[in-house]
Amino acid sequence: MIEFTYARASDPAQALMLGAAEGARYLGGGTNLVDLMRETIEAPRELVDVTGLPAEISETAQGGLLIGAAVRNTALAEHPLLRSRYPVLARAVLAGASAQIRNMATVGGNMLQRTRCGYFYDDDGSRCNKRVPGQGCDALEGFNRNHAILGASSACVAVQPSDMNVALTALGAIVHLDGSEGARTVPFGDFHRLPGDTPHVETVLRHGELITGIELPALPVAANSAYRKVRDRSSYAFALISVAAALRVEDGIVAEARVALGGVAHKPWRAAKAEAALVGRPANEAAFRAAAQAELAEAKPLRDNGFKIELAERTLTAVLADLAGEKA
Amino acid sequence: MSLTINGASVTPPSDPRVSLLDLLRENLHLTGTKKGRNQGACGACTVLVDGERVLSCLTLAVQVDGRSVTTIEGLMVDGAMHPLQQAFIDHDGFQCGYCTPGQICSAVAMVDEWRRGSPSHVTGDLSSDTIDLDHDELRERMSGNLCRCGAHNGIVDAILATYVQEPAA
Repeated sequence: MIEFTYARASDPAQALMLGAAEGARYLGGGTNLVDLMRETIEAPRELVDVTGLPAEISETAQGGLLIGAAVRNTALAEHPLLRSRYPVLARAVLAGASAQIRNMATVGGNMLQRTRCGYFYDDDGSRCNKRVPGQGCDALEGFNRNHAILGASSACVAVQPSDMNVALTALGAIVHLDGSEGARTVPFGDFHRLPGDTPHVETVLRHGELITGIELPALPVAANSAYRKVRDRSSYAFALISVAAALRVEDGIVAEARVALGGVAHKPWRAAKAEAALVGRPANEAAFRAAAQAELAEAKPLRDNGFKIELAERTLTAVLADLAGEKA
Repeated sequence: MSLTINGASVTPPSDPRVSLLDLLRENLHLTGTKKGRNQGACGACTVLVDGERVLSCLTLAVQVDGRSVTTIEGLMVDGAMHPLQQAFIDHDGFQCGYCTPGQICSAVAMVDEWRRGSPSHVTGDLSSDTIDLDHDELRERMSGNLCRCGAHNGIVDAILATYVQEPAA
């Protein structure tokens, strides 16, 4: 770890002032950033601890929820309104990491989790365009079982590791930001970027900009929602594939569908093609499978991860069948 | 400012790079808390901060300034072992013992989470206020603490015996 200074922000204005300094980074629970600093992959010169900023979950005038960025993951998953109105989000948070890490991790920090690609972490021995722009990518032809099947580029095939982000994508959440140029909101689906030629730029956050909260829209369909995570061991492991979905069926026909996939891309993947293929069709397994296939038609396997395409198809089909009350 | 460790006031280190784990072990010689992978992967360094279980390896000591830390050394009451420590002995909850302090600190806080109705990944009904602490719930809730010796069955028995009921012999 290189030397850095540490300051605790007592309110958002002070955080923005401190965070504007060159080399400054905001610190949440530290479960990812401190680890990356120890690996010398991240080297901020100043840490601005924002865990003391507002950490409330409140109802909005529009019938949704506003979640403070400093809310801990445990508190998020425990909240009664979240559990009843947006179970997919509570389930996704509970599927991530361990209880100790969820006690530490904040919502804002979880959004900014960096990839767990082994070549990204291998500072001494591997090339990584995310770590050193322009260096090359050793995952492209290397051990890439855990890597992307959708939206990747020749510069980067890494995946976004957060479970929470997959649920927030399916729910169409809104990110609240504040910065020197003023406050703004960004649709959750636009917050993370695909890698393209600049995989080191992972989000649309500007320097010094602070995530202040996440807004969940009023979304009745989310009461019937689920998150399923497929991984190599049953707990405390990152996803091979995950599915966040919400479904409303009327008279045997899909009236409304929200679907997102995790473990497949550089960003949480909103499955818009699957959603379009579902609405207006019968709520049966054949239609669910066809919708999954429509989403995955453009999936491109790497050397080791071709299994993810069928795994994603089967998992999405099964989750939708569960939500429709069918067996699959 | 100062932080409290097992009831004693401690001045935080001047270098913010010092982790809570290194503060405990290297500066204060509280070596009950163990360093496993030092990257948040094993749970051996679990301690309680204001009663909540966290990983001391990924916590900077300056982050807990003003808060109260409890380690395995602080669980003893009047020189007597915590009931869960005795239960780990009675139920063979360890072999080499390296993960044990983390397991016990983790379990103490886990029980509080369960009692306040905090759900887990395997909880069937998210709307329920009461959750049975059965084997599946317990294993999921303790999944952040690895045991390379494979003493998990004894660990589960020790926790159940202390907080739920004595398992059938």
